[in-house]
Amino acid sequence: MIEDEDIELLLNDLLDIYGYDFTSYSKASLKRRIIRLYSLDKFPSFAEFRYRVKTDEGYLKRFVEEITVNVTEMFRDPSFYKSVREEILPVLGTKPFIRVWHAGCSTGEEVFSMAILLKEANLLKKSLLYATDLNPSVLEKVRKGIFPLQQMKQYSESYIASGGVNDFSQYYTANYGQAKFDRELSEKIIISTHNLVSDSSFNEFDLIFCRNVLIYFEKDLQDRVLKLFDASLGSLGYLALGTKETLKFSVIQHNFKQLNREKIWKKIV
Amino acid sequence: MEEDRLGKAIKALVIGGSAGSLQVLFSLLPLLKENLQVAIILVLHRRNSVDSSLHELLATKAFAPTHEVEDKDIIKSGHIYLAPADYHLLIEKSHSFALDYSEKINFSRPSIDVTFESAAEAYGASLAAMLLSGANEDGTRGLAAVKQNGGITIVQNPETAQMPYMPHYALTHTDIDHVFDIPQMARFINNLN
Repeated sequence: MIEDEDIELLLNDLLDIYGYDFTSYSKASLKRRIIRLYSLDKFPSFAEFRYRVKTDEGYLKRFVEEITVNVTEMFRDPSFYKSVREEILPVLGTKPFIRVWHAGCSTGEEVFSMAILLKEANLLKKSLLYATDLNPSVLEKVRKGIFPLQQMKQYSESYIASGGVNDFSQYYTANYGQAKFDRELSEKIIISTHNLVSDSSFNEFDLIFCRNVLIYFEKDLQDRVLKLFDASLGSLGYLALGTKETLKFSVIQHNFKQLNREKIWKKIV
Repeated sequence: MEEDRLGKAIKALVIGGSAGSLQVLFSLLPLLKENLQVAIILVLHRRNSVDSSLHELLATKAFAPTHEVEDKDIIKSGHIYLAPADYHLLIEKSHSFALDYSEKINFSRPSIDVTFESAAEAYGASLAAMLLSGANEDGTRGLAAVKQNGGITIVQNPETAQMPYMPHYALTHTDIDHVFDIPQMARFINNLN
């Protein structure tokens, strides 16, 4: 039986030794993921698990990869992407230059989805997509732009449901069970590590995506991160969250107006 | 012994269901009183966001206010909550909800085990958990955790379940306090306080 105090000690180690701050992550989910890894790797005791994390940087890499949730997909929630396509892109299109930030982008499926939308709106050339995550190994996957071929059927369906009219397979080359997305898309993606817990604003954006990231944070941290987004959005910029996430608990809610039923807010100040 | 167990204060009831469980809820919810003394949390296997109106449908059957959970919602007594499609639903010790989009468990997201296990930790002995019809093994590990933390475990009588596999699997693999048909479930829930 692993006690909350054990988890707390481990989180303090991570902060003290490596500067990774998980202390304001939502406890129920974090504890479940830590226990999952602990039993997956068959440690004889929690003390040994903790020791390994403290002393073995290679294992730390695995720990961070496994503790953070890196499940994502292309065109997840097609109606959301339809709304981006129909309501946001025409507005962004009037700007001379478009900056998009995918905060906590994981392996980048949503970044490539957005790049495809921009391309289809003839806006990709004047756009840059900033893809950030705290976890360097997932960013390596974004850089490669390679995803499992077996998922393309479902992605293609979601793409069409989002209002896509092209043959989805034109965006990638299939090889050895992998789909490699076009260079034309990936060369517009700027990749960098960024930790929402500890790093500050680094640019001004027209659209920020942060979908299904805040659910892993406690309210106070959510609020801090939302303030960071507020400070990183230009006036009339857009903030897009996951389908069950909300601004309703945040102090920044009055600076924003929800666009429609999708979780997209427009900055009104 | 049984009387003692029934007498203790239950603050939350988690109900897990898979194939064949919606019909149970459609019959059960109208039998529940309006001013329930517990929070009811429903975790149902269902297809992705396609049927996002499920909570509205369930709301028409229940007298108590019924919501689909949003991130960080506070759990209130007398309310019925539905786990959103395609997220795991966890419960914090502060008795609020947390969502999680991690890997499927038992081929399911939401997974009944995930919610039952975290509810068991958050509520301890003031939790009751009930597993309905289904064709899956999800829920059994969760019921074991509920029992281990002092809560009450219930399954739908497999003979009355459209898909008996799930309650039967729980019954044969973990310690179950009650095996109920729908009227017994209603009586049990209405008497909780």
